[in-house]
Amino acid sequence: MTGFEKRESIPKSSNAGTITYKVVKYFICILLAVISIIPFYIMIMNGTRSSPEIRTNAIAFLPSIYIGRNLDVLTRGSFDPLVGLINSLIISSGATILSVYFSSLTAYGLVAYNWKLRQPFFSFIMAVMMIPAQVSAIGFYQFMYGLNMTNNYLPLIIPAIAAPGMVFFMRQYLMATLHLDIVNSARVDGSGEFHTFNRIVLPIMIPAIATQAIFSFVGNWNNLFLPMVLLTDKSKYTMPIMVTLLRGDFYRVEYGSVYIALTLTTLPLFLIYFLLSRYIIAGVALGGVKE
Amino acid sequence: MPKKRKGVSYAKYGYIFSIPFVLIFLIFSLYPIIYTVMVSFSDLRGFGTELNFLEKPFDNFISVLNNQTFTKALANTALIWMLNFIPQMLVALVLAAWFTNKRTKIKGQGIFKILFYMPNIITAASIAILFGALFGQDGPVDYLLKSIGAVPKDVPLRLLSNGWVSRGIVAFIQFWTWYGYTMLILISGINGLNPETFESADIDGASPRQTFFHVVLPNLRTVMIYTLVTSLIGGLQMFDVPRVFQNGQPDGATMTASLFIYNQAFGTAHIMNMAAAASLLMFILIAVLSVGIFFILRDRDAIRERKQEKARLKEWKKAGGEAR
Repeated sequence: MTGFEKRESIPKSSNAGTITYKVVKYFICILLAVISIIPFYIMIMNGTRSSPEIRTNAIAFLPSIYIGRNLDVLTRGSFDPLVGLINSLIISSGATILSVYFSSLTAYGLVAYNWKLRQPFFSFIMAVMMIPAQVSAIGFYQFMYGLNMTNNYLPLIIPAIAAPGMVFFMRQYLMATLHLDIVNSARVDGSGEFHTFNRIVLPIMIPAIATQAIFSFVGNWNNLFLPMVLLTDKSKYTMPIMVTLLRGDFYRVEYGSVYIALTLTTLPLFLIYFLLSRYIIAGVALGGVKE
Repeated sequence: MPKKRKGVSYAKYGYIFSIPFVLIFLIFSLYPIIYTVMVSFSDLRGFGTELNFLEKPFDNFISVLNNQTFTKALANTALIWMLNFIPQMLVALVLAAWFTNKRTKIKGQGIFKILFYMPNIITAASIAILFGALFGQDGPVDYLLKSIGAVPKDVPLRLLSNGWVSRGIVAFIQFWTWYGYTMLILISGINGLNPETFESADIDGASPRQTFFHVVLPNLRTVMIYTLVTSLIGGLQMFDVPRVFQNGQPDGATMTASLFIYNQAFGTAHIMNMAAAASLLMFILIAVLSVGIFFILRDRDAIRERKQEKARLKEWKKAGGEAR
């Protein structure tokens, strides 16, 4: 090994050097943390300030008193946060419930039963996992247009039943936690296969379901492309489509209203994140080990 | 054949439980993909569902490839992706190295992780509007530059009408929303490494830096390839931020391939056939690049391993020969 000379030098490294290194480390970490926070902090503060205030001084670290006026101006335009909130809630909840339930079911089928096409089916799921959603967008729109299903929530909810990435995750989880003895003893007790899945297997999967539900919900909530393609009726707009209206002429000089609108649209996500951040961080890490 | 227990075969439930997935996949993914392929060979424009196939089947593909807006959008997409991915990977690697270093622990890691990942969870459309406001006229950045005297106070500063500034902001937003994610993936990759490799490096007296470069980094290859490929697939489909930030402006500087496809299909003209051809070209590009990256990096690994194996065999033979 060539590392011998280098090894000698380690104990010599001066204390001052390690302290400087430590300071640099913390400085960079704190700097990045500040960069993460500051845009949102300015957003919240400016949401409470009047547009003339913002125009003369765009950065303030203390709130002002114009939150009511900003909200008033905001709702006089086309932006309607409540409609966006409700629509996004319907679509995201529907899609999340369907995808976690059916992904668990598919994963259970892959783990608990020995069938001829099991391995080919799993390889197929792995293969379609990487297909980008936008490849099918034009055909999907044409298909829905032909069925007169644009401005309908179903095309944004039903396809969630086939979520290959989630099936993969659920399968990994089941393989690690499910003992087939439990399933067998349920059979001896006369439990049917569907009953076993719903009553015995699903409860075992709750930690995995919770993790995947968070990511599915947030992903659906933030989705812009497909909802914007399909939903043209303003009363059907989701929150992200609603946000795009803030670029309209009405809000061009109403800075305060734009900031308060952004605060309102991001508030539900901040709430979810700070309540569940521990699970979210752990969930991201789990996603990385899939290979 | 698997043995039947107690004379009952449950194999059929494997099929039954897979039916919903397969059915929905066929209807809502496979059929739309085939439909897109058919549209790309047709003359479909405007609202309608009737398909008339072109006499020269590849005409749409040829005109997309000759379309200056598309090629510029493709170049922009690649540029913005690289401007975001290279710093993202570097920062994520450095942070992952610091956060997994057992000797010099960083305090408050949990909070740092939460804050670094936070932008990733917030709606990209909202972030795009927010950055538009931050960098816009009378915005905080404008204000800051003027108050520190970097630019004259009385001249209106139009940062967002500069193409490179706008591209830079889009790339920065992508970096800012994704470096925390990449860091978490790399950390979990490092934590998943065999602890024995660390221990032996420790016993050999390797410094943390040596351990990172000579032990961790080579072993992290698969995770890094995974991050590269998923980031590339996502980056080539970049849509939300450029669409909402400035809708491809100024002067097409932030126009991406996905935004081009969207504007073709759902803009005023509804040029469906061109949009379909462009999205298939993007699909082919994504597939070729991901498979290519995967195999090139894999192969290099395999070649190196084979060489090492040969060298080891030689050593062993030599040693064995001397002993006898």
